Amino acid sequence: MNNTLPPWANYVLLPAINLLVAFIVSGLVVVAVGENPFKAAWLMIDGAFGSGRGIGFTLFYATNFIFTGLSVAVAIHCGLFNIGSEGQALVGGLGVALACLWLGAYIPWWMVLPVAIVMGASFGAAWGFLPGYLQAVRGSHVVITTIMFNFIAAALMNWLLVDWLRPVGQMGPETAVFAEGGWLPKLTGLMNFLGADVRSTPLNLSFFVALICCFLVWVLIWRTRFGYGIRTMGLSPSAAKYAGIRPARTVIIAMMISGGLAGLMALNPVMGDLHRLTLDIVQGAGFVGIAVALMGRNHPVGIVLAALLFGMLYQGGAEMAFDMPTITRDMIVVIQGLVILFAGALENMFRPQLSRFFLAMHRRGVAPEAEGAA
Amino acid sequence: MDFNATLLILDSTLRLSTPLLLAALAGLYSERAGIFDIGLEGKMLAAAFAAGAGASVTGSAYAGLLLGVLVSVIFGLVHGFASITARGNQIVSGVALNFVAAGATVLLGQAWFRQGGRTPQLSTDQRFLGSEPNFAAELRDIPIVGSIVSELVLGHSLLVYIAFIMVPLTWWVLFRTRFGLRLRAVGENPAAVDTAGISVTVLRYKAVIICGALCGVAGTYLAISQSGGFNNNMTAGKGYIALAALIFAKWKPVPVMFACLLFGFLDAAAIRLQGAELPVIGRVPVQFIQALPYVLTVVLLAGFIGRAEPPRAGGVPYVKER
Repeated sequence: MNNTLPPWANYVLLPAINLLVAFIVSGLVVVAVGENPFKAAWLMIDGAFGSGRGIGFTLFYATNFIFTGLSVAVAIHCGLFNIGSEGQALVGGLGVALACLWLGAYIPWWMVLPVAIVMGASFGAAWGFLPGYLQAVRGSHVVITTIMFNFIAAALMNWLLVDWLRPVGQMGPETAVFAEGGWLPKLTGLMNFLGADVRSTPLNLSFFVALICCFLVWVLIWRTRFGYGIRTMGLSPSAAKYAGIRPARTVIIAMMISGGLAGLMALNPVMGDLHRLTLDIVQGAGFVGIAVALMGRNHPVGIVLAALLFGMLYQGGAEMAFDMPTITRDMIVVIQGLVILFAGALENMFRPQLSRFFLAMHRRGVAPEAEGAA
Repeated sequence: MDFNATLLILDSTLRLSTPLLLAALAGLYSERAGIFDIGLEGKMLAAAFAAGAGASVTGSAYAGLLLGVLVSVIFGLVHGFASITARGNQIVSGVALNFVAAGATVLLGQAWFRQGGRTPQLSTDQRFLGSEPNFAAELRDIPIVGSIVSELVLGHSLLVYIAFIMVPLTWWVLFRTRFGLRLRAVGENPAAVDTAGISVTVLRYKAVIICGALCGVAGTYLAISQSGGFNNNMTAGKGYIALAALIFAKWKPVPVMFACLLFGFLDAAAIRLQGAELPVIGRVPVQFIQALPYVLTVVLLAGFIGRAEPPRAGGVPYVKER
């Protein structure tokens, strides 16, 4: 079915059509609320890209989605559907926060960062390990175990924050604010270039960590022996086994890499923005990662583009909700859901029509040549 | 813990199990037909909103129920269209619909009622409330048996009885009717069903419609029976607990009931055990009890207490050979 479409239609045209439909339906929701959808769309685009501050926020949100998108994509290459990025990122936040709490007061940020990266990634990887192990060794379906692990992570973190990490005398379930060493620097240079006040956006160094991770994932999946093993497992586990790839080991390590990438997401909100650990650092980014990976066709370049799109939705949506009194921030969640629905679950809805169209075009192009030859 | 306190916990167990049971049975029909549904949560939430809004606008609880079921069935049909006709990814579709429900309920609620996403508080005659029959008071005079019957069996809302009647009914439909046999077959081996000249598509659509309807009742129960209106994110993960119960019960109706009662009991006990000292174990963190349904399900999936085998064709779109 895939082959009947030229690559550019598969990678660009089809997702664009799906997005368009998602936005049209979102517009209908705006109409149902009693606002002008065109004005809403303009506010959204202007809010996301119209100012340096807007771009800063868009990139800040996109950073989260790059990490979770990569996390989901690595698992998908191995034929695993990891919908536990949400929980893995939350547990990763614990690792990042512990590193910052312990070291932040003694050493500068550039020495804390490597420790935070290692701890965030390894905590996330640990949370991905068990579903991976259970899938590989005991055959428990990874989709279901990762859903369960999301909730177990939420309960665990709630308990840790309320009973252990909360400073004395504080009401909310969150840690103390880190000392200066636990603060990632803001991207001052980039923001100055865009003409924004650097204090007004949370964009920080983890954006570059995310881009480096994109490159590393590309190297891992397409340029290493292990990545070859991952892809082979994803396409055909039995072929992988015959080729001498160890299935259980590959599945477990892929899930740990996936969990580790999700855990790294916590760098952005915890070390880059809030400078403390709270319960709502992930805010659905793990689930958005599924959409980002799907739309980005599991390739790092595609993931960055899709993450930018969702970053735009978050930031632009927040501005739109601010300017339109009847629209609340929940509109973002609706649009997000509709984009996931049309660009993800219904991505093949227009494929048959599109294929027929291209086939007809192709025939029309071929027929005169055939006549000429005869 | 004395006798009356135990009765009270068991009574709230029944109430808390009801939405889980309805949603888990909903998932049972869908997953037995080969359509994975992690959108139980979203369907319940959408139904709860529709029921709360409907009951407050029309003033009738039955209209609320009807609207709740209708909206939930529409969500089910979208999931069905994505999974059956468009052969999309069923997990992604479920995730998407959960997002849409979570956002749209609050957005529309705020736009229409302007109470921070809530629907207006319902009066008692706009809700499904239990009423005790006249002989309940007399029954209570009988020691032990009388109070058990009057406390646990009588006086519940209509929807509670519907939920528990659905258990034997579902068993009968699945294992004693032609429709049930075909439904199970389509979840195990759709090609065989197709070869027998029965439409896989139609069967699966029927399953997602039943699933939507039951989720609709579950959401309605939350909004206009358990509470007096819709609240922001009032399902709070119940759809996922129902999913856990369904897996924990290995996709069988009667065990589903017991799993839901167990998880409902944990929920009821968690409220009462908060901060209480237990013998031997000491103080149990309430978060631990909240996580227990998920932990138990993972342990079961890992094959340490029996084995959970999902329907074989679950999650796979059916493609007729050409």
